[in-house]
Amino acid sequence: MPKILEVKNLSVEINKRKTLEAINIEIEKGQIYVLFGPNGSGKTSLLMAIMGFPGYKVKEGNIFFDGNDITRKTVDERARLGIGMGFQLPQDIRGVKLIDVLKICAGKKSNEELSPEEKTLVEKFDLTYLLDRDVNLDFSGGEKKRAEILQLLLMKPKLLLLDEPDSGVDLESLRLIGEEIQKYVEKNKASALVITHQGYVLEYLKAERACVLLDSTIHCHNKPEVILEDIRRRGYRECVRCWEGKMAK
Amino acid sequence: MLGGEDGKMKTLKDLPKEVVKTAANVGIEDTEEKRSASFFHLDEAAVFSKVMEDYKDKVELLDIKEALKKHIWLKEYYWKLIDKNKDEYTKNASENVMGGYFMRIFAGQKVEVPLQSCMFISKLRFKQYVHNIIIAEEGSEAQIISGCATTEGTGSAEHVGISEFFIKKDSKLTFTMIHNWSPQTTVRPRSAAVVEDNASFVSNYVILKPVKDLQTYPAAHCKGKNSVARFSSLMYAEGNSYMDVGSRAILEGENSKAEIISRAIAKDNATIISRGDLRNTNPKVKGHLECRGLLIGKESTIHAIPELLAIGEGSDMSHEAAVGKIAEKEIFYLMSRGLTKDEATALIIRGFLDTSILHLPSELDSMIKNMTEKVSEGL
Repeated sequence: MPKILEVKNLSVEINKRKTLEAINIEIEKGQIYVLFGPNGSGKTSLLMAIMGFPGYKVKEGNIFFDGNDITRKTVDERARLGIGMGFQLPQDIRGVKLIDVLKICAGKKSNEELSPEEKTLVEKFDLTYLLDRDVNLDFSGGEKKRAEILQLLLMKPKLLLLDEPDSGVDLESLRLIGEEIQKYVEKNKASALVITHQGYVLEYLKAERACVLLDSTIHCHNKPEVILEDIRRRGYRECVRCWEGKMAK
Repeated sequence: MLGGEDGKMKTLKDLPKEVVKTAANVGIEDTEEKRSASFFHLDEAAVFSKVMEDYKDKVELLDIKEALKKHIWLKEYYWKLIDKNKDEYTKNASENVMGGYFMRIFAGQKVEVPLQSCMFISKLRFKQYVHNIIIAEEGSEAQIISGCATTEGTGSAEHVGISEFFIKKDSKLTFTMIHNWSPQTTVRPRSAAVVEDNASFVSNYVILKPVKDLQTYPAAHCKGKNSVARFSSLMYAEGNSYMDVGSRAILEGENSKAEIISRAIAKDNATIISRGDLRNTNPKVKGHLECRGLLIGKESTIHAIPELLAIGEGSDMSHEAAVGKIAEKEIFYLMSRGLTKDEATALIIRGFLDTSILHLPSELDSMIKNMTEKVSEGL
């Protein structure tokens, strides 16, 4: 199966502090991949590095997207190539309205309108009443996450990077978000790399593979339900010990 | 000779092309049909004053000198709210007044189409002194656009404008002043308003072009019960511009309210002093002051001076001030949606100069939005 994302031997520093070390991940086209790991293990950093945020300095290794080396590309270049990032804590911007950002995501100019299909999606995400509000400013947790995912779907990315799409979200919003992401991925043969702690969003996503990030590096690749069950029962450390044992053999 | 009603000038289009073009940048329509009334003061005298036929029983518009002759009672309003001896500028204005306008919205009239006035300097190093009186009579409602500008090459010109506003019982006036001076101009607007029972005064100030030295501190006296004053300013200073702009509200009436909001961007060597002052004499009042500043470049300066003087339990006043640079996080958030760094920066600046704080009807709002878009694209 062709790969949409290949992260090869990636090491990343933040403020000269090693944050990620020798990371290897491959995501196939149409595949949903899950990233587990305790707080502070570097999951968000990995997504930020894949998106190309400054401050996440690649010291070694490469990132390939759709066959092209994007390691040195800027954030906007990566976005235009087809990588969409859903942030755990989306940035608010005073004076910039949600509708402005949605139009950007949909590739529209400020004086153009959203298409009827796009408007239907806005309705579906129950965000019409927030269109003229400053983006993310004083939005509730659910509103932020719905706005974030809606933006991504309007961008039509080939790869979605989703940082805890299920944290701080009510059950109805979670179902909506989960179902819409799954629908989008299936319909467009898109891929996703998803961070989740409790795995709530996996109830709606057909994720095939997962790994555990601990102490700045990846320790295990397996089915998400297997890993999640192991973490639940034995904790992250045990997960790592088991993986190292397997590798040693 | 005064144009418009019976003078030589039939239309504002008869003004020199350069003047018409520059006036358009401060919201002055050369098609008078788009305004309910138009007034144009060029250098030392009024050259055009006209109320459209449909509005003749709704508004009155006269040159101030003519108005003082026509209405004996107007003397009671002239220099009523501003002290002639306040400073050298008011003194000069009182001694050398050249004109200005008198606008009156008749009682009970709701005028949806804006009135417009323009104070224009086209002569080299000209010193312009004008005096305006605006009366919104009981139960009236109106929008006024007041544009002030100079053509290029007027050198070290000076503009001193005295404006006195009388917002009578149950009336509502929105006054939007847009300035576009040459970088050598000295500007001293002196404005004050009195707001009566249940009346509301919305005063907007927009300056997006360089000026040598601008100082203004308009005040609204909320004397009436439930009276409201709302000041909003959008300021962009570049080059060596110096802008000292404040707004003051004195809350005297029971349940009176005031809001002062400003957005200031300073670039290059420019300095903006953004003042705000809320005070009360009646303890049952509410006021909020908010000034936000954005610095671009290493030499730009913003000095935010918000002041609250609250007297008596029950007075509810607050202020917030924040000055800084554009947050990188905001830029990169928008870049992750596909905008280039420059596009993202422009959008954030446009958003910062948020026209929605001006509470304008959509036509005027999009007019000012176009102006802020030009600023953000030019950065």
